[in-house]
Amino acid sequence: MPKFRSFRADSVVLRHSDWGEADRLLTLYTREQGKVRALAKGARKVTSRKAGHIEPFTHVTLQLAKGRDLFIVTQAETVNAFLGLRDDLVKTGYAAYILELLDRFTYEEEGPNPSLFRLLIESLERVEKESDAWLAVRYYEMRLLDFLGFRPQLFECANCGREILPEDQFFSFTAGGVICPRCGQGLPNLHLISLEALKYMRHFQRSSYRDASRARPILEARAEQGQSIQKETEVLMQGYFTYLLERELNTPGFIKRVKP
Amino acid sequence: MLLPESIQSLITALERLPGIGPKSASRLAFYLLRASEDVAQDLSVALANLKANTAFCQECFNITEAGRERCEVCESPKRDGAVVCVVEEALDVLALERTGGYQGKYHVLQGVLSPIEGIGPDDLKIKELVARVANGEIKEVILATNPSMEGDATALYLQTQLKQYGVHVTRLARGLPMGGDLEYADQNTLLRALSGRQEMS
Ligand SMILES: [Zn+2]
Ligand SMILES: [Zn+2]
Repeated sequence: MPKFRSFRADSVVLRHSDWGEADRLLTLYTREQGKVRALAKGARKVTSRKAGHIEPFTHVTLQLAKGRDLFIVTQAETVNAFLGLRDDLVKTGYAAYILELLDRFTYEEEGPNPSLFRLLIESLERVEKESDAWLAVRYYEMRLLDFLGFRPQLFECANCGREILPEDQFFSFTAGGVICPRCGQGLPNLHLISLEALKYMRHFQRSSYRDASRARPILEARAEQGQSIQKETEVLMQGYFTYLLERELNTPGFIKRVKP
Repeated sequence: MLLPESIQSLITALERLPGIGPKSASRLAFYLLRASEDVAQDLSVALANLKANTAFCQECFNITEAGRERCEVCESPKRDGAVVCVVEEALDVLALERTGGYQGKYHVLQGVLSPIEGIGPDDLKIKELVARVANGEIKEVILATNPSMEGDATALYLQTQLKQYGVHVTRLARGLPMGGDLEYADQNTLLRALSGRQEMS
């Protein structure tokens, strides 16, 4: 907890739950303090002026005061409500996936990480703006892995250290990277990864978002292959995160269910 | 201090209730310990009867007395079967019934879609709603889920599911809170208040 009695927090609402008679307990990711929990009193009343400002996904400036056990929200003003994320169920699902990953991998009192906060805002903006969320979400996953210290090894074999050749490979969750076909023969629990999928993952790991975006037209031009690469990388990354978390994620199942 | 097993297990049970943290749970447990015998007795009888004496209406999934197939609203010949109001919880039915201004029937979803909590369409009484609409008697479906991200997502999903039946789908009007001040309103509320504006006669 910070030493001040009250502070201004540039926040994104990760999740909310009902609390007491009419209050809401918020889980926030803030630029100033990282992850914090705060109580929004009376937020479930129809007359609440705060309620609309503290919905999940919302980028909001909050004034937080130190209460007895929790922070208390004393003021709230929306910076961006990301309404586009709420008009489209698939986008709602992907935005929720972004929030769920952040929520599961961060802890209260571990302190601020302003770059991670910026990544969060930028990723929500991209999912809202772009017609297909795939690129924005994969790029977010790669950057998130960097911040968390789980940057996957994609250029040398995670087992023998030899440079990866242009051919289909294996991916190991336990080794945290690509395993060459020679090492892969004798190792258990490996996942196939095609040369094409690996190319995109490497690209996202090394490039700015602007450069990574150039990969999209190529994928779209080859629609069928593009779709299978999208699916392959999505399944692989979700599998890797599930392995790191040691438990299932909630949002992938939801996304699958609402996707047309 | 290590608490006796019987107190600790009550605290643990209370903590699982929504909105009750460890401190409130301890406070309630110790209150019951000090209170007269019949306070705890009444509570335990009420809790035991709660599940035993209630059931869900097989038409609208509102709460009803055990042994009854359908609830009072569904049974009543006075209610208009062409209009169905879809709500998240049975408590919402109670709130709408208190107004005395609604003559149609209900459908209780028993929850709301929540991607983060992992609550999907199959966890709610959505298939049952679609089946009721597919029967053909219903002409209008009023979506009265809460004005929250989850409530909006649920309404959006229901709209896509009901489209093919040609039924008239409406969403409960939303606007500025009574006694509210325009400058404090969030974007979402303002936009919806604008799009739902009404003619002044
Ligand atoms: Zn190797
Ligand atoms: Zn009923």
